[in-house]
Amino acid sequence: MNAFQRMNTALMIDEGKKIFKVSRRAFVDPDILEAERAQIFDKCWLYLGHSSELAKPGDFVTRSVGGRNILFARDGKGNLKAMLNTCPHRGAQVCREKHGSAKSFQCFYHGWVFGLDGTLRSQPGESSYAADFKERSTSNMQQVARFESYRDLNFICFDKGVESLSDYLGPVKEYLDVICDQAEMGMTIVGGTQEYSMRANWKLLTENSIDGYHALTTHATYLDYLKSASGALAQVAFEGSARDLGKGHAVLEYKAPWGRPVAQWIPSWGEEGKHELTRLYDGLVKRFGKERADRIATFNRNLFIFPNLVINDIMAVTVRTYYPAAPDFMNISAWALAPKEETEWARKYRLFNFLEFLGPGGFATPDDVEALEQCQRGFRNSAEAQWNDISKGMGKENPSYDDELQMRAFWSNWNEHIFRVPA
Amino acid sequence: MSDGVTAMHAIARTDVEDFLFAEAELLDEWRLPEWLELFTDDAIYYVPATDLAVDASPDNNLFYVADDRFRLSERVKRLMKRTAHAEFPHSRTRHLVSNVRIRKHIGDDIEVSSAFITYRTKDGVTDTYFGSNRYRLVPGNGTFRIKEKRCLLDSEGLRAQGRVSIIL
Repeated sequence: MNAFQRMNTALMIDEGKKIFKVSRRAFVDPDILEAERAQIFDKCWLYLGHSSELAKPGDFVTRSVGGRNILFARDGKGNLKAMLNTCPHRGAQVCREKHGSAKSFQCFYHGWVFGLDGTLRSQPGESSYAADFKERSTSNMQQVARFESYRDLNFICFDKGVESLSDYLGPVKEYLDVICDQAEMGMTIVGGTQEYSMRANWKLLTENSIDGYHALTTHATYLDYLKSASGALAQVAFEGSARDLGKGHAVLEYKAPWGRPVAQWIPSWGEEGKHELTRLYDGLVKRFGKERADRIATFNRNLFIFPNLVINDIMAVTVRTYYPAAPDFMNISAWALAPKEETEWARKYRLFNFLEFLGPGGFATPDDVEALEQCQRGFRNSAEAQWNDISKGMGKENPSYDDELQMRAFWSNWNEHIFRVPA
Repeated sequence: MSDGVTAMHAIARTDVEDFLFAEAELLDEWRLPEWLELFTDDAIYYVPATDLAVDASPDNNLFYVADDRFRLSERVKRLMKRTAHAEFPHSRTRHLVSNVRIRKHIGDDIEVSSAFITYRTKDGVTDTYFGSNRYRLVPGNGTFRIKEKRCLLDSEGLRAQGRVSIIL
């Protein structure tokens, strides 16, 4: 029995003394990763992809989700399917392309052919098989145990008995509504995927993605850049709050001085931009009234959906998911989400904004990568220096966006999953 | 023979190679402000995502880097600061340039392709970036200026490099 199995928590909490600490072994112990795979990634709803990625029947993407190879496809009737990308015959991956459009899927090993929904259509030497072989469900590619969607965001779960996606998301849905309502015709994933990695534990990116506290130091050069780019800042101060949304989900909602394509104007976008953003804002007021329009247009949201999905509606909208390959290594995939009906002008400025801050070539994310990798290096001392502190803002009635409530929400739920006891 | 054809024959591949080798040296020696001077005032520097067509536009596709001249100058300014944490202390790099070809002439400009392998090492970890570069070069005063540099990574994404915090 290892030390962690003897422990019944990774957290040290004392509300009265405002102590909330996380054991650094949670970031380095291979037994913890094994428990996370069995008790979190095999049990929770995981993000698969956006409906817009499969625009027409036959479109598909292949993707690694929760350690499985998934074939995500739109069948001939237009229905979305999430299949385990493995041949029911002898196991080979059926689809070997990352994305594309197909009429059917053929396993090249022995030539079995499947329909877009995974149903076996033909196999060489059919007469040598049982007469009802093709009628057996076991002859088809296997569907993922559970597959559900909310606002074109598609999720899968490998646990058949899991609660509905709608119940799982709970109050998260209201924030997804606020984000998706910036579009009238729905949101779409823009072409191009940012695929990168970090030599760091995956939970460090959860913390970092909803960390309102690190910007001034970690992202000093990004803020310098905004100051030196003439007209890149609106007259708006950083201000806002954090909310625990239950089940490990959390959100920051705040105002910030950067430009928002829907819809906070900055002087460098000029008169054309002002005209466009006024039009977008007026449209929001018409559809939702002034109060909700202001919330959609002028507030930023860093939304975290347990265990590993981040939807940040900031200077652009990014969808980001990440998985551990080892305790000290994670793979990350990130996309840009935008209103379908967006004008060429708005799309261009959105993407320009995105790259300013976000992604492994941006002015900010590389420094996050560095910070997280340095944390992982620091954890080499975890036998002696054992604890992380995330107590900022404890006991406050209204925690600020730059407090650490949202991290405590994540860790409390994580701890319940791993040790099966409330923190 | 027209002037255009004369000009075309006046540029040898070795001239282009000399220029690209000098560019690589500036990058490897972290002489980034001098490197920036190689670019025209309307220059662009692109690193597209690796699942896009080679000629994709950053106006409607997600890239890793899509800098205009202003943002490129800010990138250089940023990288020279101690607070550019990803590159402090500076990593060591080696930009290898090969397979240089003059692809075509566009007016007085030339389009050049090259293959690259760039090593970056820091904190005991060495990463390799590899792919091809597409340049649009403007000849003048016995040298060139860069009007466009597009780095097409051959890897699937940035695993395990994790970032393009250096200039490719």
